[in-house]
Amino acid sequence: MSAVSGTYHPPVLRNQPILALAGNPNTGKSTLFNALTGLRQHTGNWPGKTVLQARGSLVHDGRKYIVVDLPGTYSPLANSAEEEVARDFICFAKPDVTVVVVDATCLERNLSLVLQVMEITEKVVVCVNLIDEARRRGIRIDIRRLSQKLGLPVVATAARTGEGLGQLLDEAVGVIRGTLKPKPNRTIYHKKIEEAVSSLEPEVRACLNGELDSRWVALRLLEGDASIVEFLKRLSSEAMHPLESTVIGYQRCVDSLMKQANKLSGHGQNEVRDSIVQTIYEAAERIARGVISREVEQKTDWDRKIDNILTSPVWGFPIMFGLLAGVFWITLTGANYPSAVLADGLFRVEARLTDLFTALNAPEWLHGFLVLGVYRCAAWVVAVMLPPMAIFFPLFTLLEDAGYLPRVAFNLDGFFKRAGAHGKQALTMSMGFGCNAAGVLSCRIIESPRERLIATLTNVFVPCNGRFPALIALATIFAGGAVTISLSGIVATLTVSGLVVFGIAVTLFASWLLSRTLLQGIPSSFVLELPPYRRPQVGQVIVRSLLDRTIFVLGRAVIIAAPAGGLIWVLANTAVGDVTILSVLAGQLDPLGRNMGLDGFILLAFILGLPANEIVLPVLIMSYLSGSALTEPGSIASLRQLLVEQQGWTWLTALCTMLFMLCHWPCGTALYTIRREQNSWRWTLLAALIPAAVGVLVCLSVNYAVRGLGLV
Amino acid sequence: MAGLVTLNAVPVGSSALVTKISAAGMTRRRLLDLGLVPGTRVEVVRRSLLGDPVAYNIRGALVALRKEQSSQVVVSNGE
Repeated sequence: MSAVSGTYHPPVLRNQPILALAGNPNTGKSTLFNALTGLRQHTGNWPGKTVLQARGSLVHDGRKYIVVDLPGTYSPLANSAEEEVARDFICFAKPDVTVVVVDATCLERNLSLVLQVMEITEKVVVCVNLIDEARRRGIRIDIRRLSQKLGLPVVATAARTGEGLGQLLDEAVGVIRGTLKPKPNRTIYHKKIEEAVSSLEPEVRACLNGELDSRWVALRLLEGDASIVEFLKRLSSEAMHPLESTVIGYQRCVDSLMKQANKLSGHGQNEVRDSIVQTIYEAAERIARGVISREVEQKTDWDRKIDNILTSPVWGFPIMFGLLAGVFWITLTGANYPSAVLADGLFRVEARLTDLFTALNAPEWLHGFLVLGVYRCAAWVVAVMLPPMAIFFPLFTLLEDAGYLPRVAFNLDGFFKRAGAHGKQALTMSMGFGCNAAGVLSCRIIESPRERLIATLTNVFVPCNGRFPALIALATIFAGGAVTISLSGIVATLTVSGLVVFGIAVTLFASWLLSRTLLQGIPSSFVLELPPYRRPQVGQVIVRSLLDRTIFVLGRAVIIAAPAGGLIWVLANTAVGDVTILSVLAGQLDPLGRNMGLDGFILLAFILGLPANEIVLPVLIMSYLSGSALTEPGSIASLRQLLVEQQGWTWLTALCTMLFMLCHWPCGTALYTIRREQNSWRWTLLAALIPAAVGVLVCLSVNYAVRGLGLV
Repeated sequence: MAGLVTLNAVPVGSSALVTKISAAGMTRRRLLDLGLVPGTRVEVVRRSLLGDPVAYNIRGALVALRKEQSSQVVVSNGE
């Protein structure tokens, strides 16, 4: 077994060979991963910028291989969380082949990573991806020459069309089986550095016992890479050296190496580092120049033209809002009809189930618990959630795929900086639109602990996929009631978009407040890449977002909704004296709820919805229905009837419910993730209390303001 | 006339040659890893809506830096 470290836990079973994918961000690495593994992947995480690696498998010539998609990095040193995961994997898990994916349209920049990875391991295959895009731009790359210059197998591919994938696999499998032995032409550094390396390397080799490449380790020691020392010490304390005496000997070895390295580079570690990086970039430049030819002089730079509009001082914000509103408008107009059909079908099934229970002479409580409780709650979740999710996720993924999110981060960064927050928080916030737990997890990309905490604590203020459908449903019901039918879609759209903008404003305000009170400090360094726009792969986006997001989120919601539905039925049908437990609980919460513009049942639904926000609205409907004559609810229209006519909701009730939906405690999964990531109960508690306090305050003020002004 | 300035002082639309990185530690490594080594030509592409960050063309990639970082890149101005 290989030694393990840091955030990565390598597979324990190594009966299948491992193919690792490394590369700069935005090289189409994930597309390649999807193309190679098809649907044989088990990614718990979301597509996009997470620091976890995705894993899948592929079968080639009757043999199975594990494929690991490492986070996108610029260098294999541990400067950031992403890089640490990638480096640890290559160094410790020792993949049988590492495929470095490079962008054919930006070869020079990408080659520096290839040059660095091939210093760690010889088992490298270079994949020049996006070759179709390069062709379109009139860029020709001499693949054979590139292969000669690097001393590595090189394959040109276009992952989205599948071009070159067969050959890529052949070469990678060749390296795995040992029939193909790459002989990397390693970069030669400045004379003084080379002299120091050769005097240090023999001892490094003796120390390492063949575990890592000695030249690479010697170079890292010379430039004073603190993480490599950590690394070596960790090696010594783990599986490799089981005998205590060896460990002591090993640590002594590391100490003496460090001393020697310090002597060799003197106080000039920075200079050593500079010189190494400069040499690498010069080499990359030289190699790139030798293999690239441009057919035509650069044509119109479309990316710049698009950026001129999307990040323009005049149009940047209106377009951002417009795109957001457009996505919501399509979602809520598109979801109406399928929602009604689904509800209709699912409740017809409920009637059949009731018939079945009657025919079997089943006891009343069993029918109540299973059909009116468990089934009905699960059916509500599906009817309310599925259509908006199936429309919203693919649309959002298309924007993500096209490269728009980094532009949003670019536009908004000024605000985040003023709020004392990290620039990457715009990205972790965007991840929160998918799922707040994923958003919290993605906060790992922020290196500074202070700013990571700010991003973590405020992530809940953007509505996740579990909350969007409820917001959309409520907005449709009430905006629809307020104006004529033709305008209702637009009003509902503007309501939801307005709520999102409000959520972003609260995020910024809360970040500002935190960075001036609990978490004081100055913003740390920030670099944001604005990748070229790419035509999104519509088909793949739809399939992936349906599988990864819709099914996943819906499945989780149904699993949690089913027992919750049963619980509510029990609460609604167990009486203490002559009132049900449900009414007692709702009655207790009613005074606070009324002051916040809500009622006791709504607050109770939010509390019962702690495991997953998806179930808040269904739970509310269930508890309303339990004391009502209406037993067959169906579409949005009957939902309107239930809320407005039977429960006396006004637009203010809906507004306060939506605001509290936006600002309250994170769901159980998100809280669990915060606890795990921060390893602190105190911050986990604050992560729940801060948004809850904000929500209560916002609802109280809105309720009193609206009533005070006599608007309701 | 070529003078030494920091990258944040270079106006949008013009370009400059990197002379040295004055940052230390992690920031230094980050900037170097972006390819900001001495001799690299950097083009100032655009300012964001609020004036900061600014997007630069570094070795064919578009990268946005805040003023805190770009002020630690010393460049020689002028063609």
